[in-house]
Amino acid sequence: MTKLVYFAWVRERIGKAEEEVTLPSGVETVGDLLLWLKGRGEAYEYALQHPDVIRVAINHEHVDHRERIGGTSEIALFPPMTGG
Amino acid sequence: MVVPVVRIQAHDFDVAAEIASLQQGRRDIGAIVTFSGICRDESGALEALEIEHYPGMAEAEIGRIAAQATERWPIEALVAIHRHGMIRPGENIVLVVAASRHRRAAFEAAEFLMDYLKSRAPFWKKEYRRDGTAGEWLDARDSDEEAAARWKK
Repeated sequence: MTKLVYFAWVRERIGKAEEEVTLPSGVETVGDLLLWLKGRGEAYEYALQHPDVIRVAINHEHVDHRERIGGTSEIALFPPMTGG
Repeated sequence: MVVPVVRIQAHDFDVAAEIASLQQGRRDIGAIVTFSGICRDESGALEALEIEHYPGMAEAEIGRIAAQATERWPIEALVAIHRHGMIRPGENIVLVVAASRHRRAAFEAAEFLMDYLKSRAPFWKKEYRRDGTAGEWLDARDSDEEAAARWKK
């Protein structure tokens, strides 16, 4: 199982803050994950309609969309950050 | 070896107290630069900003940026505090305190830390308006990305 966590408008559009999923065998990279999630229903389609703007962190570290997921425990999806 | 102090908290901070605490027992610090980021209302329509963060990663990412700053400049002490939750116009959001022997290192380290924090620390701001409507999530600005990019060596 992989834990997915969502923040800001990604969380609001998907309609939940986190969930546990079993990734299908074809999902090897972050890009694959975004594409697969996008196909899980309207809410996901809405949240991830522009996958290229979605930022991703694996185990609390920023990664790009080519990163391999491997045995990751926590993957976070969120919009570009607006802190400070 | 300087260990940066990073705190993520809902409550306010006291700039003077942070400076005093950093200086306590030190005679070798010749320069202290502080940056305060404050919630502002340009149009008169903002009730508050809600700042969401990613617990765990927020501390880790600011810690990584702060560690880079201490490797790059001869810094004697470094403090970064970022608030979360509902923050009203005029209230503090973020504080950076950098101390060094000479001023340039403190100025540059503080600016570097803020520039990187804006585009890499996992925080998001949502507007709430005075008319009671929930506003929008703020958009990230390209100028913040560019500000961070100019520090690339």
